[in-house]
Amino acid sequence: MSSSDPPPLYAAQEPIFPRRVSGFYRSLKWWIMGVTLGIYYLTPWIRWDRGPSLPDQAVLVDLANRRFYFFWIEIWPHEFYFVAGLLIMAGLGLFLFTSALGRVWCGYTCPQTVWTDLFILVERWIEGDRNARVRLREADWTARKWQLRLTKWTVWLLIAVATGGAWVFYFTDAPTLLRDLLTFEAHPVAYTTIAIMTGTTFLFGGFMREQVCIYMCPWPRIQGAMMDDHTLTVGYRDWRGEPRGKKHENTTGDCIDCMACVNVCPMGIDIRDGQQLECITCALCIDACDDVMEKIGKPRGLIDYLALSDEPLERAGQPPRPAWHHIFRVRTVLYTALWSLIGVGLVFALFVRADIELTVEPVRNPTFITLSDGSVRNVYNVRLRNKLGEPREFRMSLASDDILRIDVEGADTNVLTVDPDSTTLTRVYVTARPQDPASTEDRTDLRLWVEDVGSAERAYRDTVFNGRAG
Amino acid sequence: MTEQANDIDQETGIETTGHEWDGIKELNNPLPRWWLWCFYLTIIWGVGYTIAYPAWPLVSRATGGLLGYSTRGEVVEQIDAFETQNASLTTALTEVDLAVLDENPELQRFAISGGASVFRSHCSQCHGSGAAGGIGYPNLLDDDWLWGGTRDEIAYTVRHGIRNEVDPDAHWSEMPAYGQIFEREEIDDVVQHVLALSGQAHEAAMAERGAVLFADQCSACHGEDGRGNRDLGAPNLTDAIWLYGGDPTSLTYTVTNSRFGVMPPWSTRLTEAEVKAVAAYVHQLGGGE
Ligand code: SF4
Ligand code: SF4
Repeated sequence: MSSSDPPPLYAAQEPIFPRRVSGFYRSLKWWIMGVTLGIYYLTPWIRWDRGPSLPDQAVLVDLANRRFYFFWIEIWPHEFYFVAGLLIMAGLGLFLFTSALGRVWCGYTCPQTVWTDLFILVERWIEGDRNARVRLREADWTARKWQLRLTKWTVWLLIAVATGGAWVFYFTDAPTLLRDLLTFEAHPVAYTTIAIMTGTTFLFGGFMREQVCIYMCPWPRIQGAMMDDHTLTVGYRDWRGEPRGKKHENTTGDCIDCMACVNVCPMGIDIRDGQQLECITCALCIDACDDVMEKIGKPRGLIDYLALSDEPLERAGQPPRPAWHHIFRVRTVLYTALWSLIGVGLVFALFVRADIELTVEPVRNPTFITLSDGSVRNVYNVRLRNKLGEPREFRMSLASDDILRIDVEGADTNVLTVDPDSTTLTRVYVTARPQDPASTEDRTDLRLWVEDVGSAERAYRDTVFNGRAG
Repeated sequence: MTEQANDIDQETGIETTGHEWDGIKELNNPLPRWWLWCFYLTIIWGVGYTIAYPAWPLVSRATGGLLGYSTRGEVVEQIDAFETQNASLTTALTEVDLAVLDENPELQRFAISGGASVFRSHCSQCHGSGAAGGIGYPNLLDDDWLWGGTRDEIAYTVRHGIRNEVDPDAHWSEMPAYGQIFEREEIDDVVQHVLALSGQAHEAAMAERGAVLFADQCSACHGEDGRGNRDLGAPNLTDAIWLYGGDPTSLTYTVTNSRFGVMPPWSTRLTEAEVKAVAAYVHQLGGGE
């Protein structure tokens, strides 16, 4: 671009045709793709018995009833801090991995990467490898081109539908929903969600690809803040490779300028230009280059996971420091400590969750009620929660030496039945006879006991009783 | 766009925008074209949106929008939707025999929660938001009822009211103002007797004289033993609950001038289902019979 020629304001997307590659990182990525896709598609179909009145889906986000089920854990809206805690852990985990290994999230596990990888795989099966695809793009729209393109789009679309389809199963009972979907009886929201997810999967995996990472995703910018000189990222040993040259001469470096690393790159960049914003550290260029180095009988690792801080050493001809030296440093140790702290806290919170969930709220409007015989009554709103799949009976009582009397609105006994998976709010009355000191005193401390009739578990709440002076 | 003063960045060979902050310059990289299309799309969408939905402010109101959407309309729709959804419960409540309401827990819950909001909008002005009443306005939480405390009796009172000129079926009774009938000392004697009836400190000799007057004048409504009469809304004078106060001063005022508490009939403003709902709500506040 000459300086008299202003740069274009808007640039068209450069087509990228990643070549097939094999090697350690490619295999690792296939495995990760298999596992992550497997988890995504299969999880909603795992069953977990929770008793007759609760859903038997192991992982279920039941938005309509405001419940979140995860195997043996059940989370109600008031326990949302568990979810918040998990999100914070996910964030810290990302910080940890990014500060140690750069954009590993981007390179291996991000759905954008995994699905794009899958879509490229399909593309290669149908249209052939890089050269064939380049030729096909240049070719006229013949019947064969149409046939190949339509086949590819159809397979993409099927994957996209399956992706959108699997998503909704996390929110309702999967077998029921599948039947409803197939018989066109499912809720319109389900179809709309599937349609949107299908559209975005098809578009992002098939056509937008690297554009999503470069222009739409906020992670790369955030991740940049987590990296430093010790972070291991994919880099090119230019002190070893340069000057690059086709000839196998002593005057040239190890790089033979075969463009293998460029041709495999899903982001369409040349890693030899140095670390770049676009690079998702998928490590495929490492595999490609190692392959070449082996063929020409040079040591592997011209392109490799490198730490910037090793560069001066290596330029001076010394070996790089071992990986653990880069990985264990104050920053990563701190992230790990924080991460485990929250993790341990959450597990602890999970185990100390009360079996009897109870709140006692004294009614303060009015503070007390005088009955016709001169007794003084206080009202308490008692909320009892039953998370189990069966009904539970709770007996309300006061401390045994208390002379006050307790009654439950609308019941002859002090036993309350709480339906499965629900909360009850009950008015509980505590009465002091006119001769009891509590009826005239300002405030008297009170302990309200609740006992699970079935299991004899007990819980209490302390509250106060207001007498006439109050 | 065409001025040529901008530098070329050494590292990348890309022109800068000429903007500089603390020595950091901004590269003039082109935006992707699809981004531009999305930008145009949002503009088109924005224009369409202001045509379809209320948007442009005019003098007295904003443009209505082609779709005729309004938040008020949405509320009305939602209320209608809930009413349709609850129609069968509402019908059941209109027809239910309140005496056996608790045999149908679902209907009872519906009545109580509906009754709570009826109470808050129509009854709490006098009886208080916690139903504890005040001087002259009965406390609905206790176990003492002037006109009866079963659900049916409460519903009757709500429907027709008390001592109003509007509803011929309203509860009615009127205590004479004894200031025009008794002498001052006689009133004092009666008050002492009432204090004795309710177990409060009193002057025994005066109370004894008052007992005679009470039997003669008051017992017709309040009963020989002073326990009152619900048919006439005559309060029980032997218990601890006083609508206008049970101290000698208040009692003297009551006997001298009488009291005349009025409650409007609600059948003109509430549906039958709402009347029954509020009766069910009041009944479960602790005093229901
Ligand atoms: S840049 Fe964003 S979308 Fe791309 S791989 Fe990384 S996290 Fe995923
Ligand atoms: S430069 Fe290498 S590591 Fe970076 S995105 Fe391209 S192939 Fe992957």
